[in-house]
Amino acid sequence: MCTLEKRGRLFLLKLTGDGEHRLNPTLLDNIRSAITQIRSDPSSSQSVLITTSDGKFFSNGYDLALAASDPPLRAVMAAKLQSLVADLISLPMPTIAAVTGHASAAGFLLAMSHDYILMRRDRGFLYMSELDIELVLPAWFMSMIRMKVVSPAAKRDVALTAEKITADRGLEMGIVDSSHGSAGETVEAAVKLGEEIVRRGADGHVYGRMRETLLREVLHAIGSNESASNGVRNSGSKL
Amino acid sequence: MCTLEKRGDLFLLTLTGDDEHRFHPDTISSVLSLLEQAKSQSTRGSVLITTAHGKFFSNGFDLAWAQAAGSQTGAVNRMHQMVESFKPVIAALIDLPMPTIAALNGHAAASGLMFALSHDYVFMRNDRGVLYMSEVDLGLPLPDYFAAMFAAKIGTSIAKRELLLSGKKIKGEEAVALGIVDSAAHDSVEGVVEATVSLGESLAAKKWNGEVYASIRKSLYPGLCTMLSLTAKIAASP
Repeated sequence: MCTLEKRGRLFLLKLTGDGEHRLNPTLLDNIRSAITQIRSDPSSSQSVLITTSDGKFFSNGYDLALAASDPPLRAVMAAKLQSLVADLISLPMPTIAAVTGHASAAGFLLAMSHDYILMRRDRGFLYMSELDIELVLPAWFMSMIRMKVVSPAAKRDVALTAEKITADRGLEMGIVDSSHGSAGETVEAAVKLGEEIVRRGADGHVYGRMRETLLREVLHAIGSNESASNGVRNSGSKL
Repeated sequence: MCTLEKRGDLFLLTLTGDDEHRFHPDTISSVLSLLEQAKSQSTRGSVLITTAHGKFFSNGFDLAWAQAAGSQTGAVNRMHQMVESFKPVIAALIDLPMPTIAALNGHAAASGLMFALSHDYVFMRNDRGVLYMSEVDLGLPLPDYFAAMFAAKIGTSIAKRELLLSGKKIKGEEAVALGIVDSAAHDSVEGVVEATVSLGESLAAKKWNGEVYASIRKSLYPGLCTMLSLTAKIAASP
């Protein structure tokens, strides 16, 4: 489902297997426990997280088929993703999404929850599919989109045109930081960027707090969206 | 004054006549009722294209009508009346359950530019027509919902300054560079209209649910919606 590897000061989180990496409760739990592991590592505040995936998909979003067969799971997946995103926002280290496949809806949101998006330019797109599948975007998704997609035209293209955004188009729109020739090159570039960031030697705890401040609106939207029965928002920053 | 035509999936709203298409209580009321008509007739795949005849898209509020009140107080009251009655027009556009495209045939100034910017996509001519926020030159403050629109739709500080604080008349090429309009590629009004019809048809082909579309649009601009007293129905879960 997902693996966690440590390479020096880099944590490599990989969504494994050739499937769509749909964000079902199990995968979300796996990712969250990998993040917990990362947090508790003694060198975490001088490290960098790189998230990537195998196969054709980064993630194709929530497991809608599962939700259709068992409706209460809809709210469970939403709650788990919100906790994960809150956790990523407070994570005491820079985060890089090495997008080597399609990232749709909640999958696009997961990519956007990272500080940097590096993407392959030969295949794959970022796609906020909700309008095409007749779903209204949750308020906290919109909050992330407003924070991360700054140009009004780009915001409109993401949410209201439901554009399928290639890496180079993402560069133009200010969503993608850099584009690369292949999946391998993308991950390699992410590793290089990670190593460069580690060399700068910033304090991860301070970094995490600054990110929380920058994305305060998103944390607020997540916080006000949670129902009492849906567990704890895991945004504990460890200063 | 203004007409609403249907061409397949496309609603065409046109400000008719060769005048400045100034917003006066009567025009405001006509435009509002045509927007309400489009809303009531909307189906999956509906799209609105708004354009005008002549040299002007719209040159703003009817200041002459305000002055004709005969007194300072009277003029101020009339201005206030136009500002207040125009708000529902803008709200209707932000709430409209279909994609909206402004095809600028000519100049768009003050509330005329506000009207244009209330659309999801804005196309203008390359060769003629300027965007002009005249308020700074006329000594008029911006209504609160105008300011909220600019905050929502104009992305950079530089573009905001050029548009609102410099009194500049911005031509097509610069408007595109500043990110204010989507396109200024055409040297004729026919070119602009054709381009917007083409975009309109490709958006119509998506057969989107208009209610979902409007809801997503409103959630893109929460500050503006608050000013317009529009609530976005936003789902709390997938």
